[in-house]
Amino acid sequence: MSALGAAAQAPLGRRLAEITEIRELGVYRVIAVADPGAPAPAPGQFAMLAAAEGWGGGRDERPFLARAFSVARHEDGTSQFLLEDVGPGTRRLCELGPGERLWVAGPFGRPFSAPAEGRRAVLVGGGVGIAPLAILQDELERANVPATVLLGFRDSARVPGAELLRDAALATDDGSAGHRGLVTALLEAELQRDPSASVYACGPAGMLEGVRALCEGAGVPAQLALESGMACGYGACYGCVVPTRDGGYLRVCVDGPVIDAALLERVEEHAGAHA
Amino acid sequence: MSVELCGLRLAHPVVNGSGTFDAIAALRAFGEPLREAFPFSAYVSKTITLHPRTGNPPPRLWEAPAGMINSIGLPNKGLDGYLAEDLPLIAGFRSDPAAGFEAMPVPVITNVMGSDAEELGRLVEACDARSEIAAIELNVSCPNVATGLDIGADPAELERVLAALRPRTGKPLIVKLTPNAADVPACALGAQAGGADAVSLINTLRAAALDPGGSGRLWLGGRTGGLSGPAIRAVALAQVAAVAAAVEVPVIGMGGVQRSEHARELLDAGASLVAVGTESFRDPAAGTRIAAGLVLRG
Repeated sequence: MSALGAAAQAPLGRRLAEITEIRELGVYRVIAVADPGAPAPAPGQFAMLAAAEGWGGGRDERPFLARAFSVARHEDGTSQFLLEDVGPGTRRLCELGPGERLWVAGPFGRPFSAPAEGRRAVLVGGGVGIAPLAILQDELERANVPATVLLGFRDSARVPGAELLRDAALATDDGSAGHRGLVTALLEAELQRDPSASVYACGPAGMLEGVRALCEGAGVPAQLALESGMACGYGACYGCVVPTRDGGYLRVCVDGPVIDAALLERVEEHAGAHA
Repeated sequence: MSVELCGLRLAHPVVNGSGTFDAIAALRAFGEPLREAFPFSAYVSKTITLHPRTGNPPPRLWEAPAGMINSIGLPNKGLDGYLAEDLPLIAGFRSDPAAGFEAMPVPVITNVMGSDAEELGRLVEACDARSEIAAIELNVSCPNVATGLDIGADPAELERVLAALRPRTGKPLIVKLTPNAADVPACALGAQAGGADAVSLINTLRAAALDPGGSGRLWLGGRTGGLSGPAIRAVALAQVAAVAAAVEVPVIGMGGVQRSEHARELLDAGASLVAVGTESFRDPAAGTRIAAGLVLRG
């Protein structure tokens, strides 16, 4: 794994890589993809994935574009990705079994950076967005940075996703595990206990907006890993932008996906982006 | 063996469509190896306008059947920012020898858009003054501020605009034709009559998507966008063939090219070069891959 904050550069072009292992965690699937030629990604970086067969030609002739996934873990040339079937692209990827092949491009994007000296890390994840926090937890542990993990899930079918990380405190919408309610309630309590924390978050837009507002109010730095439908992943299409405080836009793929929360007025939802 | 367009020597016949490859962002993503392995034989810039533009509000993308709709809105730093900051970084690339053609320098073709002949004239003159720019492509898919019609959809207006620009540069002028016109070959003839050195087509086809939430409203931030990808390949083939039959200047053909066979079809239809756009989003090295599969005839 690359060190925190040091982005790996991608090989020029996509390559075929084989799925070596699949693990089910409730509704989620963790796929391990052997991609030995690629450099180790830094926590927060992502890859563009498309099935080698049956990509296109489905209902409405979709999927067409590759889909962006944060690297959830990386070891010995094998990357893990966390999948949830929420659209034609993720559905096709979820159908794949061991031995089947994917097109992979990446690793792309701006990774998480290390917390300022002496600050402890608080990792806040929601749903399938917990993925990049797993590799981040690995790297923080290696760097001896103390880290607290807070994860939120909708229901009991998704709680098994928490196994991707270690020692997580949970919140669930349906009360099936941990605190009944939003993970941001856990964050609020955590920031009251330790206002000198550094926050790392990834999850749905509503959760990220909650994290952003809490951290702004508490004067705590926050790095948000954003999601956006994107066509390319490497800055070519300009399709994945988010508005910034100064009235401009940032490309989630090359200026992010990890973005300093202070640059954003708010995190907005764009429902219906290809998934 | 190399190919030639308007006096430019190129390693092979595959270039990028404007706005589908950002060489500076690609350098960040792929690093220095990109400089010696550029996937295209010429680099066509994103559209540059006189003043900076932030582009359309999101959402900007929609996945369509066998393609995509983009509603990007031509974000760019403006002419001064492009010339001062970007141009020095995008000069000096060499084409990827993996294409099977001798590696050669990758000339820069700067794409510009203005809302009238005066604005276009200022852009063209500024590009003319820079040695790093080998040729200028005009994006004429822009409404004329006086008439509201796209300059590129009106053959007589295209001829007038080109005739006004022609004396202002000795560099090749390429006109990127819009497919959203009643008579595309007539537009190509207008561009040729005004002094264009080449034409390129097709640009994206105007398209829209509705809110997936069911409100019935147009969903993209720019309301409409442009359709690209294999969905438009057959339209591109028809328009390229019709334009190539009508004009004497060279034609750069594009639209839905994903493989060498598709590039071959456009060349057979009369194109001198082929541009790849949307396929590069799916495969960053698509240009090299498609060139590698082309066997040049004659």
